[in-house]
Amino acid sequence: MSSGTGWSRFTDRHPVPVFTLPSVVVVAVLMVFPVLYTLYMSVHSWFASSLTSPEFVGLANFRRAFLDDERFRNALWLTVYFTGLATLLQLVLGVALALLLNRPFRGKGVVRSIFLLPMVATPVAIALVWMMMYNPTLGVMNYLVGLVGLGPYNWVSNAAIVVPALAVVDTWEWTPLITLITLAGLATLPLEPYESAVIDGASAAQMFWRITLPLLRPTIIVALLFRAIDCLKTFDIIYVMTQGGPGFASETLNVYTFQVGLFYFHIGYASSLLVILFALVLGVSLALIKVRRGSW
Amino acid sequence: MSAASSWRQDRVNAWTYVLLVVLLIPFLFPLGWMFLSSLKTQVQNTAYPPVWIFTPTLGNYREVFQKNPFFTFTWNSMVVAAGSTGLALLLGLPGAYAIARFKRTGIALAILTARMAPGIGYLIPWFILFTKAKMIDTYSALILTHLIVALPLVLWVMIGFFEDVPGDLIEAARIDGCSHWAAFLRVALPLAKPGIVATGILSFIFSWNNFLFSLIIAGFKTRTLPIAVYSFLSYEEINWGGLTAAATIITLPVLVLALFVQKHIVRGLTFGALKG
Repeated sequence: MSSGTGWSRFTDRHPVPVFTLPSVVVVAVLMVFPVLYTLYMSVHSWFASSLTSPEFVGLANFRRAFLDDERFRNALWLTVYFTGLATLLQLVLGVALALLLNRPFRGKGVVRSIFLLPMVATPVAIALVWMMMYNPTLGVMNYLVGLVGLGPYNWVSNAAIVVPALAVVDTWEWTPLITLITLAGLATLPLEPYESAVIDGASAAQMFWRITLPLLRPTIIVALLFRAIDCLKTFDIIYVMTQGGPGFASETLNVYTFQVGLFYFHIGYASSLLVILFALVLGVSLALIKVRRGSW
Repeated sequence: MSAASSWRQDRVNAWTYVLLVVLLIPFLFPLGWMFLSSLKTQVQNTAYPPVWIFTPTLGNYREVFQKNPFFTFTWNSMVVAAGSTGLALLLGLPGAYAIARFKRTGIALAILTARMAPGIGYLIPWFILFTKAKMIDTYSALILTHLIVALPLVLWVMIGFFEDVPGDLIEAARIDGCSHWAAFLRVALPLAKPGIVATGILSFIFSWNNFLFSLIIAGFKTRTLPIAVYSFLSYEEINWGGLTAAATIITLPVLVLALFVQKHIVRGLTFGALKG
């Protein structure tokens, strides 16, 4: 089958570079350039204009963020609040659903299909329908909570509950991911520990806390890792539904950075905010990876 | 099994199904509500308490297509999604194959880090560059920015699929005199075909759904569907029927595509980390 052409001989001598070079070069151009640019700009002050050139300011942007910028500190707190609340909600719900679904029944395929829909549906469409459902005067949410004697609420137009209301949307979207991941994890659990636990007369609750949960820990942490990374960076839902409002009540770091960079065109300051956001994402990821390895 | 215990079993089953339906309703409801609202008139959509039973109308869909260049938006979305997916597969497939076959996990990990960085970090520098190059509002600029999502996705998900290709088959082809390139084209690619289709569809969905990059890079000529729907929102009086009709039009193709690749969705959404 050997064609014996120069190309084949060349790829045979250097298979790894030939195969990986195109993708590595494109990834490098697409991603390394912006990273270097952002790092460079984060220590400069520059409004996107051709009249002035970037001015080196050292760490002044970072100092400004942490010491003088109330809006940044608000955004940092809201990012942590939104991420914590959303990941906690979907983790508990997702694992609980997986445990309920982890039994033989007919129509598993249908259930799986239904679970996929929130995850793949277009975020703008999701944001839109939730805006409609959350509408204080005509929304179906106030009608539904009214049936059980609650509300009416102003949902995303109330500064006090806008973040939980947005976390509910994220939870709706991503609980299925946790459920599907957990179900996959449950399918690989060994039977022996349960058999000996039954012999020892353990209760179902004991088996859950002592066997299932510890064995599932690695799976759950990977799911948590993915959700935490994405929650920290959530943009579409928040931007479409509230644009960070009312006031700045739902302005997370990502939304704030967007406004600073692409609305006020303060590129230098936006770049330093991006460095902080990336550090936050990286920090959370490393912490979770450490937890997964069991060193904590 | 005695009659009594099988009866008890049936009852447990019945409860399982009741529970299932109750649990699934919240996950279906918002999308169902979106669809229902798209079939209602503005009066029905603004009624309180909400209208549950009504005569459906297709008027909103007609209006969406008559009042807006919705076919153009759809075409733009398709060009960008197909373009970025095609390029990502072309560049990514050989790379993923080599990383899987020659165990170059270092490269793979570097690309995974790219998944962690916030999208705006890529967007701002590219926006400035594209502005200088007068490339804002062009398909090329949109496709390039969407490639930032698509290429790492293809690489990571396909590494997993190529690892599933039995190494013995590749070895056999090599012993028969196949070059690495021929072994890739004639053995690995055909065997990984289901994975390639799934990855392509996932990459298409991600591009189709993309909001952030298109919001900034697309202008009036290349406006994609999500941006079109977002811009409807800023009209003076919100026409819920029209909006939900537009949202349904965007979402429906994605939902249908997703059902085709449902076995591989978790793998795609977790970047190949979990085979779910």
